[in-house]
Amino acid sequence: MSDHKTMTLTLIVWRQKGPNDPGKFETYTAKGITEHHSFLEMLDVVNEDLIKEGKDPIAFDHDCREGICGMCSQVVNGVPHGGQERTTVCQLHMRTFKDGDTIYIEPWRARAFPVTRDLIVDRSGLDNIIQAGGYTSCHTGGVADGNALLIPKEIADYAMDAAECIGCGACVASCPNSSAMLFTGAKVAQLAALPQGKAEAAVRVCAMTDALKESGFGNCSNHYECEAACPKGISVKFIARLNREYQKALLK
Amino acid sequence: MQITNSAVGRKLLMAITGQLMVLFVIVHMLGNSSIFLGANGINAYAKHLHDLPPLVWAFRFSMLAFILVHAWFGIQVSVENSAATPKKYSVQKHLRATLSSKSMIWTGVIIALFVIYHLLHFTVHAIPGVVTGVDAIGRFDVYTMVVNAFQSGLVPVIYIAAMIAVFLHLSHGVGSFFQTLGWNNANTLPKISNTSRGFSFVLLLGYIAIPVVILAGILK
Repeated sequence: MSDHKTMTLTLIVWRQKGPNDPGKFETYTAKGITEHHSFLEMLDVVNEDLIKEGKDPIAFDHDCREGICGMCSQVVNGVPHGGQERTTVCQLHMRTFKDGDTIYIEPWRARAFPVTRDLIVDRSGLDNIIQAGGYTSCHTGGVADGNALLIPKEIADYAMDAAECIGCGACVASCPNSSAMLFTGAKVAQLAALPQGKAEAAVRVCAMTDALKESGFGNCSNHYECEAACPKGISVKFIARLNREYQKALLK
Repeated sequence: MQITNSAVGRKLLMAITGQLMVLFVIVHMLGNSSIFLGANGINAYAKHLHDLPPLVWAFRFSMLAFILVHAWFGIQVSVENSAATPKKYSVQKHLRATLSSKSMIWTGVIIALFVIYHLLHFTVHAIPGVVTGVDAIGRFDVYTMVVNAFQSGLVPVIYIAAMIAVFLHLSHGVGSFFQTLGWNNANTLPKISNTSRGFSFVLLLGYIAIPVVILAGILK
């Protein structure tokens, strides 16, 4: 590592001890950062220094650090996950920054996502939406034959594109209305497209959009910020599908 | 949940009432443009309209209903949306949201206030200074009323500003209608959004042409 040039960065980080603490920004210096560090590794370096100084490290959510689990959740310089297309913040690398940069780091901000500590928010609002209808009911029994239910390739691909959602909540974090409509639309569209999900499509779309409202998320007003911020590139066409499914449900 | 409480149901009701009002905005612009045919054009057009009172009143009541539904849910969802976002980011960069999409509630309020002013001005004739008379063959003289109002002062400025608010509102609103009804896909969405902006711009030009041409002294 010694042959790599290192960067020194100024971090302005949201610190909040708990849900009831008002919270405030603190400024830190990140030293010895190389372009190969991921954003979270850069925070690890800062946290080691903080621990050595006897201070509280910055708390943040993370798990796989491979961009597939949806745990990491930071708004970097005003954009969820830092604004690199189809990239979670754990896969954002420091080569996208330059020496001397100042970086603002904030938690997801929405009423439905209360801050637990520093950059960690409680995303159980998304679980409420899934629990309301993001599943297919089935009777357990013998395992169905693999080819008993034929699904055309285009439909399987469409459903898979919707199922790419990792549930990180960047759609909510980026939405000026804090709406979770992209998250909800992706699940409604995925299941409505497949024969297993069609049976409950009408009940599902109503139950899930009602749960969205009851969990304190805002309403969708078609800003499309969610699509731009989504690290998996989920298209707002799935929200249009949700809207169509809702109209079908009205006629039932 | 009832359609009137649902996150999607209210959006549908707003989209449909909004779009019905857009149809009116198109017809109204075409009707107004009869002023370019001179006094005979617009006075005859106004007379034809007012010779059909049941139709005029049915139309007025429908428009009032659309406005009330659209405004009621617009205010309601805006209040909910700002409550859903109690703390703003200290640094925020929008990637796709536009001035037009972010200012819907405010351009909506401006348009509502303008509609009241416009009705008081050219329908009720309650704004001081409005010229009400009849033309040579006894028809209500819309032409003189409009030309006189737009020749100078604050009135043309109010009308042009209001039309800019309409332009911003419809730039987002017309394209949004197709998304809300689900009449699009990933391919057509950007085309619909651009067409929506272009269409709104054409309406803006059509509407402001009248005060601009009068201010320029071309219509007297």
